[in-house]
Amino acid sequence: MIIRNGNVVLENEVVKKDILVKDGKIVEIADTIPADGSQEIDASGKHVFPGLIDMHVHLRDPGYEYKEDIESGSKAAVKGGFTQICCMPNTNPIMDNKVVVSYVKHKAQEVGLCKVHPIGAITKGEKGEQLAQIGEMKKAGAVAISDDGVSVSSSRLMRLAMEYASGFGVKCLCHCEDKELVDGGVVNEGLSSTIAGLKGIPRAAEDIMIARDIALAESLDVPVHICHVSTHSGVRLIRDAKKAGVKVTAETCPHYYAVTDEVITGFDTNTKVNPPIREEVDKLAILEGLKDGTLDCIVTDHAPHHINDKNVEYNLAAFGISGIETSFGFAITYLYKTGELTLSQIADKMSKAPAKILGLDGGAITVGGVADLMIADLDKTFVIDPQKFVSKGKNNPFGGYELSGVVEYTIVDGEIKYQA
Amino acid sequence: MLKRKDLIGLIDVNAEELTEILDTAADMKRHLRDGDKQLPYLRGKTVTILFYENSTRTRTSFELASKYLGATVINIAAGSSSVAKGETLVDTGKTLDAQLNDFLIMRHPMGGAPYLLAKVAKAGVLNAGDGMNEHPTQALLDMLTMREHFGRLEGLKVAIVGDIKHSRVAKSNLFGLTTMGAEVRMFAPETLIPKGIDKLGAKLCSSKQEALDGADVVMGLRIQLERQQAGNFPSLNEYAEFYGVDGKSLQYANPNAIIMHPGPVNRGVELTGKEIDHEKSRIEEQVFSGIAVRMAVLKLLNDYRNHQA
Repeated sequence: MIIRNGNVVLENEVVKKDILVKDGKIVEIADTIPADGSQEIDASGKHVFPGLIDMHVHLRDPGYEYKEDIESGSKAAVKGGFTQICCMPNTNPIMDNKVVVSYVKHKAQEVGLCKVHPIGAITKGEKGEQLAQIGEMKKAGAVAISDDGVSVSSSRLMRLAMEYASGFGVKCLCHCEDKELVDGGVVNEGLSSTIAGLKGIPRAAEDIMIARDIALAESLDVPVHICHVSTHSGVRLIRDAKKAGVKVTAETCPHYYAVTDEVITGFDTNTKVNPPIREEVDKLAILEGLKDGTLDCIVTDHAPHHINDKNVEYNLAAFGISGIETSFGFAITYLYKTGELTLSQIADKMSKAPAKILGLDGGAITVGGVADLMIADLDKTFVIDPQKFVSKGKNNPFGGYELSGVVEYTIVDGEIKYQA
Repeated sequence: MLKRKDLIGLIDVNAEELTEILDTAADMKRHLRDGDKQLPYLRGKTVTILFYENSTRTRTSFELASKYLGATVINIAAGSSSVAKGETLVDTGKTLDAQLNDFLIMRHPMGGAPYLLAKVAKAGVLNAGDGMNEHPTQALLDMLTMREHFGRLEGLKVAIVGDIKHSRVAKSNLFGLTTMGAEVRMFAPETLIPKGIDKLGAKLCSSKQEALDGADVVMGLRIQLERQQAGNFPSLNEYAEFYGVDGKSLQYANPNAIIMHPGPVNRGVELTGKEIDHEKSRIEEQVFSGIAVRMAVLKLLNDYRNHQA
């Protein structure tokens, strides 16, 4: 396969090159590559990115296939430009053992679209009581552990989990939430929660757990990763920890850098997400954190739900946004076109950094590297219509938003897995 | 003319609409005072009162208002209905629509629930209180009571004292009164002030004296016992001392001030017994205004429905 004339997004620059792909690898990047009779893709005027990697996705399979399954989630992922995704363990049963890890891996291989990497649970049943079988899950293919959806509330157990997992080279991905402080809250605590009369969640509920997990990682001298950072104060905690040499990495999501909690006042339950969408001061700090490297990567926290989980009172609705098909468009529209980040930086946040954090192949366009690629037209726009998502989850509050950046090809191991 | 299918909150009701509702309510009140309790503007219409929370005064007030207007009235207590069997609000709304209801009057413990009902139901929806969001007819009856006493709302100084954070009454009053040009002051324990309420036009006060100084209206709010148990303040005694309205604190107010409370009152906590029964108290007048205001809202919404049909 030859990809011709694309603007290739490399680590530090964007250059017009041809790319030759053979046997699933990138074998040459050059100004002009002679035709060899293999398939050619004309990428003139388009951009070639390393295949995007989303290290925080919910595939709902097994157990909640009515919300999403590995096949529909994989289809949505490649449509969104992702060649690798990591799926969270809050399935039913919880992915806290090698059997479920193997199931997910095998089913994803059968589907054969993007690479799917399971994330095992930290504790059995995500109950926060006993460690899950971390070594066995790692052996079966889990790339990290997380009790995403909840925090491990016991600091003692969380410390043991980080310590034990470090022996297997496994990182904890920490969902940071002090449940007692959340106390039934459903949106950010602030002017918008007061306008809507909905119970607020203070920033401190997230910050306390970020601070705790940083403290645990520092005291053990092990790496830790903070999930879906939403608060300005959380960004500062992570920035300070990094400065002090703590091995902390962190992620955020499009709905934290692109919008503010004013969107909740119409009671659209698709805006209900955990942690909640916060205020302007947070949005600006998240952007700053992405720019200065405090926030290493952008994930979607793709959380598909059935309409029955959302077409209810705001308090009763499930938390989560189905966002894997719009994440790249958000990045191009709200980060690149606004001048916040360069294309190389976006490729870093959405591909290289997650690969590095989890030790995955890919993440860059290099000779000899795996041919996981994505080709997009950055000048083309589209209007979000959640009803047209290929994901089963149509729960996205940004219907009607116009985004730039249309994914045209997603290529995994040198094979086209999605074409617009 | 009030051009609305539903009345869910006062957040988006303008001064002209408020005035129309209050004028209509004043008319209703005149009729009622004259002993005329048959004003058949809703004859042939069906009103279902759907309460997901307990209430006596609001529920009976809506029921009487509907009956005085000649409507057929059904009462549903959520605990004894299919809701208890797990029916969703959306399905309940569709069912009530299929039974040809014209109006659904709902109280619900969760903010925003009436918007969901209004979205699925063809019937007009009246919010009788949703969580911590709004209680528009309570604020309207408060405004009617104030307007009758002072002859105006513009420029009135209204002091609301108590659990602002959990009070849909305080919020609807804030929206309605500020729209009409009144000044709304709020005073409460710091734990019971919702974030950002000052940005919505409330003047936050740091003492009872500051709140009541020259006030025309002093409004107490009911404090739920569970707020104390949840740690929002240490004891009812301490609450009464710092946040209760008594004779001494009333001395700061306008000599012509009135005392109001949405009820039911915890005697000796929000208001001392003497103040409840004081000549300045308008608590019983509020109850009477409630029926008139609810009749007015039902009539106006019905006029608009007829106009649309």
